[in-house]
Amino acid sequence: MKEQLQKDFNNIIKDFSLSQKDIEIKKFFLDNFINRGFPNKKEEDWKFSDLNQIIRKNIGELSFYSDYKSTNKVDTSIFVDGLEHNKIVFINGRIEKIDFDYEKKDQIEIIDQSETINEFNNNSLSDLNNAFTNKSFKILVKEGYQLAKPLIVYHTTNTKIWSKNINLRLDFELNKNSSLRIVDLFNDTSEKNFLNIFYNFELKENAILKNYKIDKFENKNIKYSFNNIDQEKNSISETFILSSGSNFVKNEINCNLKGKYSSAFVNGILSLNNDKHHEIRSIINHLTENTKSYQLIKSVLENSSKAAYQGKIFVNSKAQKTDGYQLSKAILLNKDSEFNAKPELEIYADDVKCSHGSASGSLNEDSIFYLMSRGLSYQQSRELLINGFLLDVVEKITDSEIKNLIKNLIGIKE
Amino acid sequence: MDNRQKEIDSLKDYKYGFSTDIENTRAPKGLNENVIKFISNIKKEPEWMLDFRLKAFERFKLLKEPDWQKPKYPKIDYQDLYYYSAPKSMDDKPKSLDELDPKLLETYKKLGIPLQEQARLNGIAVDAVFDSVSVATTFREELTKHGIIFCPISEAIQKHPELVKKYLGSVIPITDHFFATLNSAVFTDGSFAYIPEGVRCPMELSTYFRINASNTGQFERTLIIADKGSYVSYLEGCTAPMRDENQLHAANVELIALDDAEIKYSTVQNWYPGDKDGKGGIYNFVTKRGLCKGKNSKISWTQVETGSAITWKYPSCILRGDNSVGEFYSIAITNNHQKADTGTKMIHLGKNTKSKIISKGISAGFSDMTYRGLVDVSSKATNSNNYTQCDSLLMGNKCGAHTVPYIKNKNSESTIAHEATTSKISEEQLHYCQQRGLSSEEAVGLIVNGFCKEVLQQLPMEFAVEAQKLVGISLEGSVG
Repeated sequence: MKEQLQKDFNNIIKDFSLSQKDIEIKKFFLDNFINRGFPNKKEEDWKFSDLNQIIRKNIGELSFYSDYKSTNKVDTSIFVDGLEHNKIVFINGRIEKIDFDYEKKDQIEIIDQSETINEFNNNSLSDLNNAFTNKSFKILVKEGYQLAKPLIVYHTTNTKIWSKNINLRLDFELNKNSSLRIVDLFNDTSEKNFLNIFYNFELKENAILKNYKIDKFENKNIKYSFNNIDQEKNSISETFILSSGSNFVKNEINCNLKGKYSSAFVNGILSLNNDKHHEIRSIINHLTENTKSYQLIKSVLENSSKAAYQGKIFVNSKAQKTDGYQLSKAILLNKDSEFNAKPELEIYADDVKCSHGSASGSLNEDSIFYLMSRGLSYQQSRELLINGFLLDVVEKITDSEIKNLIKNLIGIKE
Repeated sequence: MDNRQKEIDSLKDYKYGFSTDIENTRAPKGLNENVIKFISNIKKEPEWMLDFRLKAFERFKLLKEPDWQKPKYPKIDYQDLYYYSAPKSMDDKPKSLDELDPKLLETYKKLGIPLQEQARLNGIAVDAVFDSVSVATTFREELTKHGIIFCPISEAIQKHPELVKKYLGSVIPITDHFFATLNSAVFTDGSFAYIPEGVRCPMELSTYFRINASNTGQFERTLIIADKGSYVSYLEGCTAPMRDENQLHAANVELIALDDAEIKYSTVQNWYPGDKDGKGGIYNFVTKRGLCKGKNSKISWTQVETGSAITWKYPSCILRGDNSVGEFYSIAITNNHQKADTGTKMIHLGKNTKSKIISKGISAGFSDMTYRGLVDVSSKATNSNNYTQCDSLLMGNKCGAHTVPYIKNKNSESTIAHEATTSKISEEQLHYCQQRGLSSEEAVGLIVNGFCKEVLQQLPMEFAVEAQKLVGISLEGSVG
């Protein structure tokens, strides 16, 4: 892998006109990654999902170079119907389109920032991302501006790529009193690629961020997505994850509640079949007084699928009056399915209210019996119960337009 | 008089902090094959036992000290320790208590464990372990009548080699982790109990561990076997003198329950916790593991952890037999600069196995407390069930309370439920108690006892009273 990395890296450098300093920095991260390799289960954070193994088993040898000089045609048929929205389109990792047609142009700034480096995560995937990301943008929403329409980020891959690693990065800055809704929509027709996505959000006072990540369409790719969210006073972040389509996905949410009265919500559904393996890992850092976090993760596992949830609530000694809550529930439908959880509390302040709960088991036979005695078939009762179980999480979505979009996507009937 | 007053003053916080001035026989300092041979020799052990130790030592040389735990400690120099220390008077085994060094009798009297016939605690058979040797075991004749074997493990190795050979290392193999393997190589003494088929042990068995000598590591080994249909309740207590240095205590405890047998193991751990500034105290790195080998067997751990500078242990149950049950009840209290990383492992292997974990943690002062636990339901453990509850109470904002549970469910017909909360004592509760005339200290004591009640109830009577007092003492000065 080392030679491949070196070779692809040299090609990347050739394609972009970077300053000597930037090349040095990228080189530094490349060396870091070469030293550390893909994370494996010896690392505590990857205990339940050994990425190194998963990549070796599913992909084999990866290549890291993509030709970003030629453009891809944007297939408009993938666009969501019936919902007016702004768009960012990634095709095979290349940004093809950024359009904020529905917004006031002077209220949003799009900054090209290819040279800056993210340092908010200390795992080797962040090194990989830093070394290979070519073009990254920062979307800045100005003070007091609330976007009229949601932004949908299309992550599309097609059959042109195979056994490739793709690195993406986006930064968002939401200034005072601004708000933004983002839907990440994954749409893959490619196979056996590894997507490595880093988002960074900065929320200033009173800013509101709603991020919905939808990975619904069946595909054989492997994905890692990392969200870093820094929150100032009174800001609110809401993250919803629907994790279902890809072969392997790990979503990480790292949330720093830095300002008083800031709050974070993380809700997720892991709905898996076959031998898929998905994980959500969340870290909520309560760093000051009167902050709040709420997390609800539900999993439904069929066949020999595997889900993992690692959630951590950290409360430092200054963060009095913290309210932290975390619940994970899983239904195992098959004897081969597996659910692993590590809900963690790390608390250094005394005047706090923190709790977590985790439960896993099979479908409740009594409930099935009840429904069947009222004339439903076994299959219908089962579906009804699972729907109800998952609907609970979908109902937590505070934006009604997007809630409907997601309900349609999953096919949840009310 | 002055000296006496000084002693009283210094013992106010930890009343077991005195040391006994007694002449010792020691192994040469350091850890090597010769030391292991020395220990084996002084214990007059058979060849196979020495082999067991040497094999463990070979393995130990390959192992690295773990460092994933929350409480970090300065590196221990394993060559700078004495691995064997015993009162000289024990060199020729005294035949009866009359021959026992009066200083030892005095020590145990001071600790509240009288060994003499007339003053013995009723209904409790005690094995008293002093540094590296067992000095006395009470009520042996009474127990022999029922066919129960209760003796120091070094004696069991000589008199009941077939049992020891069969079970020693069967739950904690010599290839286990760092400290367990170290123990297998250098363990000195401990208790051995065998309850024959169908016997319900008529009294509580108990071991009292005392560290006295300085610069010594204590490595004791306990092995309890409950044969088919038997029952035993076992108690363990520990204290040590106050010293500025940190002392290592790395014990191994193995429990084996055969068909329909039940073992109840209770610990009140009150090793010296170090002084107010965190100087000194015991490193309590203990491996405790129970194997529910037979069908319908049950192992229940109850622990009250108030002492030690660092407590690092996870009493575990391997539920191999169908329908077997594992339980874990724990209260851990840390104050001043104490640190604890404790919890349990419940490994479900058999069908219809059940486990229950109730853990209560209280941290005060500058202390740090972690609950770390594993519930692992294997794919064969159909219809298994686990319930876990961990509650933490924080007093002050200089301390920490953490919960790190690992939950693995590989069986769709099994259920696992986990709950954890962290909070402080509510103002309303305090106000209510104070309104009714309790001082704030008393009020806190009352509330804490209520918080711990679920666990305290599991302890045998005599222990429960003691433990309740201990809970109060450990938290003294942490309020207000």
